[in-house]
Amino acid sequence: MKPAPFEYQAPATLREAVDLLASDPEAMVIAGGQSLMPLLALRLATPSLLIDLRRVPGLDAIAIDDSGIRLGARVRWRDIEDDRRLETAHPLLRETIAQVAHYQIRNRGTVGGSLAHADPAAELPGIAVTCDAELTLVGVAGTRMVRAGDFFTGPLTTVRQHDEIITELHLPFWPSGRRWAFREFAQRRGDFSLAGIALFYGEDQEGRVANAHVGVIGACDRPQRLMEVEALLNGRFIDEGLIREAAETSARTVDPPEDLHVPAAYRRALVATLIERGLRSAAQHRSA
Amino acid sequence: MQVNFKLNGTPVVVDVEPRMHLADCLRDELRQTGTHLGCEHGACGACTVIVDGAAVRACLMLAVQVEGSSIVTVEGLSTEEALTPLQTAFRKHHALQCGFCTPGMLTTAHALLTDEPDADGDRIRAVLSGNLCRCTGYIPIVDAVLDARAAYRKSDKR
Amino acid sequence: MIGTNRYIGSPVERIEDLRFLRGRGEFVGDLKSQGMLHAAILRSPIAHGRIRGLDSAAARAIPGVRDVIAAAEIGAVPTIPLRLLPLPGTERFLQPVIATGRLRYVGEPIAVVLADSAALAEDGVGALILDLEELPPVADRRASGRHEILLFEESGTNLAMTFTGVLGDAEAAFRDAPYVRRECFEVQRHTALPMEPRGLLAEWDSTQQRMTVLGAAKVPFFNRDTLAAMLGLAPASVDLIENDVGGGFGARGEFYPEDFLIPFAARHVGRPVRWLEDRREHLTAMNHARQADCEVEIACRRDGTILGMRGEIFVDLGAYVRTNGLIQPRTLAQCFSGPYRVPNLHMVVRALLTNKTPSGTYRGPGRYEASFFCERLIELAAVDLGLDSAEMRRRNLIGAAEMPYKLARLEPGGAAVDTECDSGDYGEVLERCLAEFAWEEKRTLQGRLIDGRYHGIAVACFIEGAGAGPKEAARLELEPDGTVAVYVGSAAVGQGLETVMAQVASDTLGMPIDLVRVFHGSTPYLNEGYGAFASRSTVLGGSAVYEGAKSLLEKIRGAAAARLGGPPDDIELVDGRARTRDGRSLSFADLAADGLRVDAMFQNNNKLTYTYGSAVAHVAVDLGTGQVEVLDFLVVEDVGRIVNPLTLHGQAIGGVVQGLGGAFMENLVYDANGQLLTGTLADYLIPTASDFPRIRAIALENHPSPSNPLGVKGAGEGPIIPVGGLMANAVGNALASFGAMPNQLPLSPARVWRMGAEAPMENLGKNARAEPVSDAAGPGRSQIRR
Repeated sequence: MKPAPFEYQAPATLREAVDLLASDPEAMVIAGGQSLMPLLALRLATPSLLIDLRRVPGLDAIAIDDSGIRLGARVRWRDIEDDRRLETAHPLLRETIAQVAHYQIRNRGTVGGSLAHADPAAELPGIAVTCDAELTLVGVAGTRMVRAGDFFTGPLTTVRQHDEIITELHLPFWPSGRRWAFREFAQRRGDFSLAGIALFYGEDQEGRVANAHVGVIGACDRPQRLMEVEALLNGRFIDEGLIREAAETSARTVDPPEDLHVPAAYRRALVATLIERGLRSAAQHRSA
Repeated sequence: MQVNFKLNGTPVVVDVEPRMHLADCLRDELRQTGTHLGCEHGACGACTVIVDGAAVRACLMLAVQVEGSSIVTVEGLSTEEALTPLQTAFRKHHALQCGFCTPGMLTTAHALLTDEPDADGDRIRAVLSGNLCRCTGYIPIVDAVLDARAAYRKSDKR
Repeated sequence: MIGTNRYIGSPVERIEDLRFLRGRGEFVGDLKSQGMLHAAILRSPIAHGRIRGLDSAAARAIPGVRDVIAAAEIGAVPTIPLRLLPLPGTERFLQPVIATGRLRYVGEPIAVVLADSAALAEDGVGALILDLEELPPVADRRASGRHEILLFEESGTNLAMTFTGVLGDAEAAFRDAPYVRRECFEVQRHTALPMEPRGLLAEWDSTQQRMTVLGAAKVPFFNRDTLAAMLGLAPASVDLIENDVGGGFGARGEFYPEDFLIPFAARHVGRPVRWLEDRREHLTAMNHARQADCEVEIACRRDGTILGMRGEIFVDLGAYVRTNGLIQPRTLAQCFSGPYRVPNLHMVVRALLTNKTPSGTYRGPGRYEASFFCERLIELAAVDLGLDSAEMRRRNLIGAAEMPYKLARLEPGGAAVDTECDSGDYGEVLERCLAEFAWEEKRTLQGRLIDGRYHGIAVACFIEGAGAGPKEAARLELEPDGTVAVYVGSAAVGQGLETVMAQVASDTLGMPIDLVRVFHGSTPYLNEGYGAFASRSTVLGGSAVYEGAKSLLEKIRGAAAARLGGPPDDIELVDGRARTRDGRSLSFADLAADGLRVDAMFQNNNKLTYTYGSAVAHVAVDLGTGQVEVLDFLVVEDVGRIVNPLTLHGQAIGGVVQGLGGAFMENLVYDANGQLLTGTLADYLIPTASDFPRIRAIALENHPSPSNPLGVKGAGEGPIIPVGGLMANAVGNALASFGAMPNQLPLSPARVWRMGAEAPMENLGKNARAEPVSDAAGPGRSQIRR
């Protein structure tokens, strides 16, 4: 299982990297390589040129301000886990990323790589979509911003143009007092989940749900929000009845793929379970 | 392409094809065969090495990406004279049978305990869940790592 | 025992560990040879078809690609003989070492590319152009049994072999039984998956006309003879060298196509050739195992006494009958009833060919499957008859007074292959197991809903027929430095053979263990050897070493007597010295000059040893996800005599966890076209460190084996055997209120979820009860005559 031959370049600037990428339609970008390397080994990806972002400056910072959180494309899962500021600045992100893959993968896997790879069961794309995050892409034509909800178009496919490199993910400001949960289920720890959900909401003066966001991964062809569930929750008090209703709505509205040993009906039921458990736990815990 | 890095404290220079992953580079070019290959697609953890202090899968990294890095392999954990406390604990608890996954277990556990000498059983199991073993059922491995923690705590308090 | 050593029975830390822990093991992939070429193999991308053409021009044009070898280059293509059970008729279904036109499974070797590096060899494989004619595949055993599409037209059938196990008169027993129940069960296809993929390094010495193959495992002597015959060489001109081996579990080390192709390639090009199997090809090239389904019946008295079992079992064998491919169906027929007294048994097992990877043995072959079928039947009967699971088993275990107890007569085979449980008290381990587990207390948990999960417990009993014959060889030599070199025909596959053999030798010789050096598994050491299968190494190899050590002591005494004077009987051997009564002595090193060496052969007349045990488990089932957590798992076994409690415990825990993999997650899934869908370790799931952290094992040595001088019984496979049935019964008991019927493995989350999903949501948990159900038989399947 050796990769097919390719050329390798590690440019020193983003401009150079973009130009290299634009110059070769068979070129690919590598950062942590934790998704790309298996594809190379299996020869499912056979680029002519690999452009390594390791020397490109300015891609590895986690910046936190009033507008939210900026994650550089080369920020690793471990960096997010180790950043104590995120305990309050974005507890949902921190908790979710702690569940990505395994220890060794978390030491190499990056924000940009996960977004670009766009696995339907990947955690970060799920958080990006659920939180209405924005991606920054830089290409020969310049820089553009794309909403996460528009970025993913299907399994392993996105709107990224060939010459574009993801440089940053911007997650909107996380106000204190939000209620939130992340739940995913895989038979083994660290595997891509059979389904996962991320959710958060605020509360109005009386304690009714406001601004509910509910996202799902793994049980659909790309991460997506469950708008019907959000609408159901907004303006209501969370109680067991509403939780059950939300769970049933999620099972009805999610559209899982059918596959030989994981029937769609199971994934639907699993989403309902996770929504139910997520809402129940969110109702009990509030972020600082 | 020429790559310079430090291997177990010694500077090395190798000339490799870009497509060569780090594990092949260590095994075939540098003849450090303690790093094993069990899957070559990032699923088994047998090839785990420590790059700049972090445990990584050497099959999921290209050799050309380690330019300027410092790498520790299982060979770098050992001394000629005696087994380390971690290795001693593995032997005492019978935490290895065929020995094939063992180098990856040792490097992973070493990296973990260096950073987190107080890791509890759950944490150890979670971290080691990235390393497959087919012989032991893992229980003695976890016991060995738990047992070795004391040695890492001591060296931390220097 | 001579001397004062007590190595046997002590937790001696392993000799092997010192190199493995330092990264100094020598696995075949660690070895290189001057001028070596690397091989990669083009394998069939289709399940069934014909090769119309193979164009290698583009591959040969790649700089660094040195040669391409296909059937045409080989000429007369040999087939791989059966190592075990070479029954008449099977010769029709043997695998050719390379596809000769017909393709019968995805992964079948078509061509070997030799190049300067492994990457270049793979480039070459990618550049080979195949012209294929696709044939409709035989995707499963049902299609196979219709015999409409044949894998071997000339044979006129897809039925590779039928075995029948017979005891008493099952028909009569069922005719008169007050209770009978019939059920269908199914075990999925899975595989041994050693962590080190296979590998070979072959060197041809054209001057000496000698072939040396590194990377041998398990049965190097048989494979040496097989390879020599295929290459037209005398066995003495072929050496198979065993290096460190990264796990075997029954699958690794059998003679596979590559075991011919790589040595052939080395001779063909006149250069050393190394092939290292990658994990993707491993999953289609290495033996698969276990796939079987059945329709079986149990007949009982109202008090639970089993009167008989009968039925039909179908084995999905894959595309060819491989070296040991008939062991699983054989064992299913002969050993279906495990440790239970089933006086009337009639079990027909049909092994059917399909367009999938051929199957072979995997730890507890046939026994894991049989135990699942049999334990499910017994559990269902217990439920129907209102008996406690433990009591049901207690009543039916073979009794100590019944030993030796003859198992079913096998056809074909007859009296020549009869086997019997050798010794022991099966009830004793059951009671110990139940007591340690606090069965009576835990029974109150049965079916209860606690914190959102349903709890279930179960018990199962097993026997492990092991230590298969016919014999094993050992040679011991006194070395000039006073050490003893022990050569043994057994093979090491990671189980700690060196340490165990050294324990036996040093205790018997009365020498410190570090003065004994063990050599094993390579053909140059001995003239013959039999290897590591059927948990036989300690039993046969250990006994051979023991006999050899005793003989060596006699020789040492004789030599010392000759030099020191006096009768040999007056010579005392202590701590590496031979001493006369009057205190004159010689060291073993002094005596080595006399060339003291013995060859020993231990024969067991094909009498198997039967380790036996019981296992209990407590599980919690989350119906929201379908996940089953194993809260407690305890296995108690009596192994006759414990040589090394550390390595024995390792075998037990490791075996249980492998069994749990088979029970819950491992599954080689094929689609209708015969394509393997679980072809990487991201899809073929084996247990990880966080899955099953609570396993306990206790070993007893109350009843030694009567058939060898050490009293040991083979003990590498026992604890895996009951795991499938135990888990299914625990889950079934947890979900009894849903009428759950866990009759298929694996108990995947989706499958477990479905068992609960069929009940309406509002009923969840309402019918959970503390006591076993007495009337919850499946619709129309059971029959209690009034």
